Amino acid sequence: MKEKLVLIGNGMAGVRAIEEVLKKDADRFEITVFGEEPHPNYNRILLSKVLQGDTTVDDIVLNDFKWYEENKIELLVGDPVIKVDHEKKVVYSQKGVTRSYDKLIFATGSNPFMLPLPGAELEGVIAFRNIQDCETMIETAKNYKRAVVIGGGLLGLEAARGLLNLNMHVDVIHIADYLMERQLDEPAGKMLREQLESQGMTFHLKKNTKKIVGKKRVQGMQFTDGTNLQTDLVVMAVGIKPNIALAQETGLTTERAIVVDDFMQTNIPNIYAVGECAQHRGIAYGLVAPLYEQGKVLAAHICSGDQMLEHGYQGSLVYTQLKVSGVNVFSAGQFQDGEQTKAIRVHDEFAGIYKKVVIQDNKIIGAVLFGDTSDSTRLLSMMRNGEDVAEMSKVAIFPSESGEPQVSPVVALADDDNVCDCNGISKGTIISAIKEQGLTTVEEVKQCTSAGRSCGGCKPLIADLIKLTTGEDVSNAPEPICGCSKLTHEEVVAQIRELELTYPREVMNVLGWETDEGCSKCRPAINYYLKMVDPIKNLDDPTSRFINERAHANINHDGTFTVVPRMYGGVTDSEQLRKIADVADKYNVPLLKVTGGQRIDLVGVEKENLPNVWSELGMRSGSAYAKALRTVKTCVGAQFCRFGTQDSLGLGIELEKKFEYINTPHKVKMAVSACPRNCAESGIKDFGVVGVDGGWELYVGGNGGVDLRGGDLFCKVKTKEEIIDIISAFMQYYRENARYLERTSHFVERVGLEHMKEVILNDEETRYALMNRMEVALSTGRDPWQEIIEDEEKQKEFQKKKIEVLV
Amino acid sequence: MAKIEFAKKVEVATLSDLTVGIGYRLNVAGEEIALFKLNDGSVRAIENCSPFKKGPLSEGIVSGEFVFCPMRDWKISLTDGQVQAPDHGSVKTYSVEVEGETIYVHLD
Ligand code: SRM
Ligand SMILES: Cc1cc2nc3c(=O)[nH]c(=O)nc-3n(C[C@H](O)[C@H](O)[C@H](O)COP(=O)(O)OP(=O)(O)OC[C@H]3O[C@@H](n4cnc5c(N)ncnc54)[C@H](O)[C@@H]3O)c2cc1C
Ligand code: SF4
Ligand code: FES
Repeated sequence: MKEKLVLIGNGMAGVRAIEEVLKKDADRFEITVFGEEPHPNYNRILLSKVLQGDTTVDDIVLNDFKWYEENKIELLVGDPVIKVDHEKKVVYSQKGVTRSYDKLIFATGSNPFMLPLPGAELEGVIAFRNIQDCETMIETAKNYKRAVVIGGGLLGLEAARGLLNLNMHVDVIHIADYLMERQLDEPAGKMLREQLESQGMTFHLKKNTKKIVGKKRVQGMQFTDGTNLQTDLVVMAVGIKPNIALAQETGLTTERAIVVDDFMQTNIPNIYAVGECAQHRGIAYGLVAPLYEQGKVLAAHICSGDQMLEHGYQGSLVYTQLKVSGVNVFSAGQFQDGEQTKAIRVHDEFAGIYKKVVIQDNKIIGAVLFGDTSDSTRLLSMMRNGEDVAEMSKVAIFPSESGEPQVSPVVALADDDNVCDCNGISKGTIISAIKEQGLTTVEEVKQCTSAGRSCGGCKPLIADLIKLTTGEDVSNAPEPICGCSKLTHEEVVAQIRELELTYPREVMNVLGWETDEGCSKCRPAINYYLKMVDPIKNLDDPTSRFINERAHANINHDGTFTVVPRMYGGVTDSEQLRKIADVADKYNVPLLKVTGGQRIDLVGVEKENLPNVWSELGMRSGSAYAKALRTVKTCVGAQFCRFGTQDSLGLGIELEKKFEYINTPHKVKMAVSACPRNCAESGIKDFGVVGVDGGWELYVGGNGGVDLRGGDLFCKVKTKEEIIDIISAFMQYYRENARYLERTSHFVERVGLEHMKEVILNDEETRYALMNRMEVALSTGRDPWQEIIEDEEKQKEFQKKKIEVLV
Repeated sequence: MAKIEFAKKVEVATLSDLTVGIGYRLNVAGEEIALFKLNDGSVRAIENCSPFKKGPLSEGIVSGEFVFCPMRDWKISLTDGQVQAPDHGSVKTYSVEVEGETIYVHLD
């Protein structure tokens, strides 16, 4: 007759362990499951989503009652085990049920930690742990308005967000001086706070609750600093404590939780513990991913008939994500700076992005991402594989910083890297499932592999995998122009030429786009390619341009714009400055700034004022927003400088005037210095010219941005005419052969400097052909500001209609 | 949510004011609204505020029933206001009526 397996705790870890047992040896055990909660096993993680209204209680059930029947598992819900006799090997339940066992699993999880405050027992003071808590909150929101959440950690914030969605006014009390201090460092914690405040939460940091007041139901709170708050609901989310009372009574060794070895065995034979109630190598985990790994090992051991397996559970590298709409947070490993650690940071307050990677002995040991978490998958795998990052550039570590259209992070994963960490499903497993069973949707993959079944954080990756697999092979898939098509940039351009396509929609229809109107990645690219292929015939499609290139100004995070007028070669005069001053005053421009490109920007101009600002400035557009020639920086040069060998001002201005308003795959920047001291920083420009005695040097492919690159010396010539010709030919070749959003730095890396010298320097015919095509393109260049100033129709787009409504 | 709701139907623009593929900025009684005319001629109205940085969605690139937030390139449905995966969130939508040339938006 079968061995008896009894599980105490009908939760995520326990039932997962049972599933693993069934996988290994379906009819080895006669299984009984005791659950204190009245429900079948459900996805506790998703309670946050239930509260936030994104899903319902029924949707989060992981194993419905039918599942237990089908697997002949005896399920006793609403009936906690209250006693275990490990000599007799019997468990006793509250309702008097007794079951004997051969193997016993403790999976009793944790209980929320309730602060022992006066008034904590009042009605309306609850935790956030189970379906019941959820239901209480939803009910309360129907009749009450104000809620207080104690605890600014993961759980507290997810609860707070939920309560906001339930239309309650939410105050969050937090003891530390920034949010989620266990997962985030201070800058990220601060950004998170701003973000959530803008969602409507109110925070009280460094606050300590003294007591909760109220007669029968909670009415308010008092804090140690003497202040107080009125409220109708208090949700305590200050932490969890492993639920080990029963274990202790049973005589199991416990510290913070039940102490287990690498095979999840407790000190008493035949008794295992798994999940939040288990402590492995000193750690009691509070996330599902590790619990699932534990379940696997436990099952392997139980089914192995006690013969030692070599591979036990080795502990997990955990990471956290905050499940709050509109907020992207990722944190893993040791993210605080320490004595021996060094950190790489990216902090863009305009875009609300913060990225930090903590490195020790050339290995990444921790990371915090805020705002843009697209690099998380890759960083995790680098951490797990202990990759050596000594030689890596910033962009190699944060691909999202490359400014290029992103390849999905799954591409970077090895076949045995996990795509779904919650369920430990590897990239390889998913790919073969997709191939063998011809899966086409994330849902199917979820059903077949159970990837994506828990937090859902991996679903975008799964989607990417499907896209990549059901097409070319993931490994050597040439990068398609975007998600809308499988064609590469090169193929699209070739087709446009071949079929003489003229308009973005036409391109997308004819080339079988999967979306009928494309996306923000392919549309601007197509629009560029069309005009590049035939500058005369093909018209520009403004609706396919990013707002900066439609409004001909740089949009700021608050929706105002930045105006940067041309100051050829960085040279200005009193008249220009006066105009700028007057306009700045008249339209009270909040910020006047000298740019990094040797000119002045007027930052924070309202969209409706742009046309007037332009015409009153009477200056031409500086294209500071465009994929086109931006600035030509110059130095003082021979006209005044004691070292000057050449007229850098003259050449700079001439270059800027010649090439302004030419569309390029990405922005193009130039500089002209009059001696190798290089005061105009010619070394980090797309085209950098350095005057030397008796001639000029041309440097190409420099970039001072994300992916810092010193320009390569391309040639040394005698006259400035030669410089202009060579730049002209080079730029045209770049226009025709680079992928949209590929800076010259990356382009030169890709095609090689020698190749460029071959085409531009050694092959005169080609050079002249390129120069001629450039002239044609240049002939279509106009100052966009002027065009709009002259055209009433075009000005319409800048207006904003205001309508008063009398109530 | 025990709050009284009375819808208000407001005339906001005419079809010819709108260009397909380009958002139209409105401020109706203090509410920032973005109008969009789709290729099929139908009109959508959403709150003019990206859930991420509060950027104006009226400035985003429009593709079919979606607009791409100009700040963070989030893809947002003009029909139900839902932010598309992998991002999350939603923006308020307004029901729109077109009678002949005239466009009405319902406030509530
Ligand atoms: C205004 C200015 C900062 C300043 O006040 O000095 C500026 C402002 C912006 N830069 Fe820049 N960049 C400015 C000089 C630079 C420089 C320095 C330079 O040009 O000598 C660089 C590094 C040099 C280079 O590009 O090689 C620079 C590298 C970037 C990058 C990274 C480009 C790269 O290939 O890595 C971006 C992002 C992008 O273009 O994708 C960027 C993007 C931006 C944008 C346009 C963000 C955006 O896409 O809207 C910023 C608009 C701010 C705003 O709200 O108005 N900005 N930016 C400078 C304008 C120069 C000008 O007069 O036109
Ligand atoms: C709101 C919320 C959001 C979360 N979000 C995430 C997330 O995004 N990512 C993540 O990885 N983790 C998340 N977690 C944590 C995750 O849910 C837990 O780590 C996981 O559920 C632990 O599983 P467990 O089986 O150990 O404990 P539980 O799932 O709590 O299961 C224990 C079960 O045992 C029952 N029980 C206890 N004692 C007895 C007894 N004597 N007899 C019978 N039954 C008993 C309990 O009633 C409970 O049902 C979240 C948790 C919550 C509450
Ligand atoms: S101005 Fe340039 S460097 Fe400064 S925040 Fe904006 S993009 Fe970054
Ligand atoms: S990573 Fe959480 S469900 Fe896949």
